[in-house]
Amino acid sequence: MELDAANENQVIIKPPISNVGIIGWMRKNLFSSPLNTILTIIIVSILWFSVIPFLKWALIDSCWLPDADCKETGGACWSIISSNYKIILFGFYPQNILWRPITAIVILVSLLSISRNRNYWNAFLGYSWLISLVIMGLLLKGGLFGLESVDIEKWGGIILTLLLSVFGLTAAYPLGILLALGRQSEMPVIKTFCIFYIELIRGVPLISLLFMSSVVFPLFLPEGVSINGILRAQVAIILFTAAYIAEVVRGGLQGMNKGQFEAADSIGLNYYQTMRLIILPQALKIVIPPSVSVLISAFKDTSLVVIIGLYDLLKTTQTTLSEPKWMGFSAEAYIFIALIYFICCFFMSTYSRKLEKELNTDLK
Amino acid sequence: MNKAIKSKNSETISFWYDPDKRSILYQIGAACLFVFLAWYLVSNTMANLERQSIATGFGFLNHEASFEIGESLIKYSAADHYLKALSVGFLNTLLVSFIGVVLTVILGTFLGIARLSKNWLINKCAAGYIELFQDIPVLLQLFFWYAFFYEMLPSPGDALNPFNGLFLCNRGLIFGIPQTHPAFKYMAIAIIIAVIIIFFLKKWAKKRQDLTGKPFPVMLTSIILFIGFPFVCWLIGGTPTQMDVPVLKGFNFKGGLTVSPEFAALLLGLVLYTAAFVAEVVRAGIQSVNKGQTEAAMAVGLKSGQVLNLIILPQALRVIIPPLTSQMLNLTKNSSLAVAIGYPDFVSVAGTAINQTGQAIEGVLLIMIVYLVFSLSTSAFMNWYNKKMAIVER
Repeated sequence: MELDAANENQVIIKPPISNVGIIGWMRKNLFSSPLNTILTIIIVSILWFSVIPFLKWALIDSCWLPDADCKETGGACWSIISSNYKIILFGFYPQNILWRPITAIVILVSLLSISRNRNYWNAFLGYSWLISLVIMGLLLKGGLFGLESVDIEKWGGIILTLLLSVFGLTAAYPLGILLALGRQSEMPVIKTFCIFYIELIRGVPLISLLFMSSVVFPLFLPEGVSINGILRAQVAIILFTAAYIAEVVRGGLQGMNKGQFEAADSIGLNYYQTMRLIILPQALKIVIPPSVSVLISAFKDTSLVVIIGLYDLLKTTQTTLSEPKWMGFSAEAYIFIALIYFICCFFMSTYSRKLEKELNTDLK
Repeated sequence: MNKAIKSKNSETISFWYDPDKRSILYQIGAACLFVFLAWYLVSNTMANLERQSIATGFGFLNHEASFEIGESLIKYSAADHYLKALSVGFLNTLLVSFIGVVLTVILGTFLGIARLSKNWLINKCAAGYIELFQDIPVLLQLFFWYAFFYEMLPSPGDALNPFNGLFLCNRGLIFGIPQTHPAFKYMAIAIIIAVIIIFFLKKWAKKRQDLTGKPFPVMLTSIILFIGFPFVCWLIGGTPTQMDVPVLKGFNFKGGLTVSPEFAALLLGLVLYTAAFVAEVVRAGIQSVNKGQTEAAMAVGLKSGQVLNLIILPQALRVIIPPLTSQMLNLTKNSSLAVAIGYPDFVSVAGTAINQTGQAIEGVLLIMIVYLVFSLSTSAFMNWYNKKMAIVER
């Protein structure tokens, strides 16, 4: 009875208003100490004086329509994008059949979004990747089933960027695994070759390899044989990426428990079986997140082909900028393609972080 | 044990099933393949070079370069040899890498610490910066800054003048420097002497603390020495205060020091890009030190400065230094992108040499050798550092 009476008389005291809600949050996170208060005020004022004018420039004072007269508004001139997006995104690909590259990109993006979920990782997905890659190549190249044939040299813009990075990584991965296995092998000759190759490639900038692809590769070929520039750059990117993949895979191999090798030996598996059935499936799983990082840097690095004159996303933008009508609007054009690169890389890196978390809990 | 079994069984195992012999066979096969490939490529190349009548060898280094280079640390003219042109490029690469590395470490450390700040706004701003700059190709950033300098900044006539003696226009960044005076030479010498003294002082102080347990205020003395020595020199030298201030004459500035738009864009792009990666490295390093370490250090009575100096930093640096060096190396390698915006670094000069002489193989080889020297010396340093810093276990 007494207890009930006490409960009835009890008044629920709310926490002070300064500790909860928005005010409490701000006190805790923005103004917790004099130093933090000063820093917050400084940052807010910097943001105020940079972000507001930027938004005004980019959104309010800007013009968006293809034929708008940009010079008068004083804001951003997005007309450069709306008038030239076909050239910027697809280079010199024939403009009447742009549905083909667009379909190819849609296939790629939908496959990628399916592959994000690890529950769908099975043999079927692997085969659909292979088939889709073939279909995408067919769509782009044409020449079969009544599709008009398009010369590879006309592939440009985002097609080239995606081609170089996706095919680059696909081809570099097996090569990288071989190099990693070679580096871990006990045969001195093969080990030396692999170490030499990996360290050589990792020690030089990609641009030197691209230079090599554009001026030295042609000298390597016998008389009368020539390969076009895109393929040569593709080879250079594959050779370059493979060395980085090799180091990533080596990390996974070194992380394997020695007992796994011994157990495989003890049930009588040979080297090939040990690697294919026991070691690689486990090692490759560990290295998926760092592999995504390699993919991100490969994707960003494809922009370097602009230096040897291939028409990737960056070069097509520069071509547009070199037209007299569009001179002086570099900021808008570069911000546009920076946005494309940012969105792609941001998704990949968020994915890599998510995967890292998932795989980590698996191991614990 | 293994050997014994093998020698015992050697008669029963056939040649093909002996792992040792098989491995030798594989290696011979690989070596043959390699030699064949090398022979094939070399013979093709020789035939091609002969057909196109391109000279071989490094003899071209002694020929006249006959092209001008925009920026040079040493005296250079078009009449000089290729060797000298290449060394101009090499020095330019060193210059931009060195300044870039210093600025990157400073900016990256600030960002890394800001990323761990309890202040929500600072934390999120740092995170946003890191994500944004990591995810945009460095080459695109370079182009952007280059366009910024060339298109968005005004011409020298109405250059931006944020404060006296500094001008920002499409000819670059121009600022006043102290006029040459003999006292500055002695100040430089004084700084070097101060550094040497500080080095030995630190050694002595550590020894004394190990022996007697008495700490010595090394940091304070170092700062006093480092600032005081040159200051005394400056006073003795007659307190020169004359400044060489840039003045607008005609279409350009005279006097002062000019940082070209190419150099400024390259430096800005590289520093802002790499700092985002360095920030992540620094954050990971600081987070890797267990909180218990700080608490334990405070429990044994160390002051907060000592906690940082003796407990936290040595452990955090062990984690930070290896990836940090690889980021520094990345910055050096990325400085080769200078060729895209026309800053005459080594790759750019070598590229011009390749175009003029047609000796592509030698040119690419030179580029590779130079960068390999950078990276091999870095990894030598890394090995030395790892050995020095390895945790000594009982």
